[in-house]
Amino acid sequence: MEIERRYELLINGKECKVESSWLGESLMYVLRERLGLWGTKNACEQGECGSCSVLIDGMLACSCLELAATAVGVDITTVEGLGAPDNMTDIQQSFIDEGAVQCGFCTPGLVVAVHDLLLSNPAPSGQEIKEALAGNLCRCTGYGRIEAAVVKVVQQRHE
Amino acid sequence: MPIRMKVFLPTSLEDALGILRASPGAHVLAGGTDFMVEMNYGHRRPERILSLRFVDELRAWSREGATLVLGAGVRFADILSSEIATLSPALAQAARTVGSPQIRNTGTIGGNIATASPAGDTLPVLWALEAMVNIRSEKGERRIAIRDLVTGVKRNELAKDELITSISIPVADGPQEFLKVGRRNAMVIAAASLAFACNRSERRIACALGAVGPTIIRCTDAERFVGERVDWERLMVPSERDRVKFGELCSEATLAVDDHRSTARYRRHAISVMAYRAVARMS
Repeated sequence: MEIERRYELLINGKECKVESSWLGESLMYVLRERLGLWGTKNACEQGECGSCSVLIDGMLACSCLELAATAVGVDITTVEGLGAPDNMTDIQQSFIDEGAVQCGFCTPGLVVAVHDLLLSNPAPSGQEIKEALAGNLCRCTGYGRIEAAVVKVVQQRHE
Repeated sequence: MPIRMKVFLPTSLEDALGILRASPGAHVLAGGTDFMVEMNYGHRRPERILSLRFVDELRAWSREGATLVLGAGVRFADILSSEIATLSPALAQAARTVGSPQIRNTGTIGGNIATASPAGDTLPVLWALEAMVNIRSEKGERRIAIRDLVTGVKRNELAKDELITSISIPVADGPQEFLKVGRRNAMVIAAASLAFACNRSERRIACALGAVGPTIIRCTDAERFVGERVDWERLMVPSERDRVKFGELCSEATLAVDDHRSTARYRRHAISVMAYRAVARMS
């Protein structure tokens, strides 16, 4: 396949047409600026902060490090595909309950990363939680409350 | 003015090589974890990109007797979550130190080699194991030792129509270690790294250093010194003084410089400590 201008991405189960002026745009940029999916955040654009985390064919990835035009035909899940304000996931609710959200900028990326962690490891240890979230930076809450939010989800799911 | 770009998404190696022949300037995109940073920051504006995302042949790996053949598209996460981790423990240790889960799910071993950063995490391991890199173009196939493929800082000697298809390394034949220091445990580019591999059948030790020179450095003097002092029955270096000396000799092999990540002095010190630890952990 060759792409010269238009392409389609499969995002949260929906085909989305993308018409960019430049094919060098990252998936993060396309999600936010072309498709209005602002849940995916832009901070570092170098894969350091994890704010733009999405799932690509079920694998956690930084959308800023994906060339959008090469992500045709793969299954992309953004934070919008996991929960909605009126239908939050247990992970999102737990972040609120445990005070793991302050400015909220890192939260969507963390929600996606926690979702990914609990799919592969439904009962992670504290160390496993820390390692799984090592690619997501938070500058305000400190990580204690974030870890507590994950622990709470795990407890709830095992009740 | 927007730059006209074209993105190629071949689904077979044959198609990928054909595209490279027809568009020899096309930039080959593997995982993209280094390349996309340069794109995002405007340091690179290639007109043609060949993505290897859908070339499944490159994602495969196999064991052929005492040799492990890893497709260039094998991701760091694949190394950790498969039998590769037991067949090549140092490679798995190195893969585990790469970036974050996000980066390990994306970056590939072929990309690590082609990018040829002195701090590439798997490179010291591949140097210590004397990896052979298998390369293809439409004209044919060739094999080259990794030390000959990487020619300098972020430089390799691949021709424009060539692709790395796989990497051949020996299955571990004795204890192996990979050690790395940086400012954090996670998400860090090495300030210094070290790979250590024992070869029991040949009774020799190999040791290679990362991020302390323009390319990876083999510590041949240190290897010879310690190889003669191993108790091969007990698989250990009995003398504490010899273990310390091994660290010093590795440190002397460095070509470390001061840069934004660390200082030459600290790097030399870190190498001596890591080398000592590697040899102490043998038994």
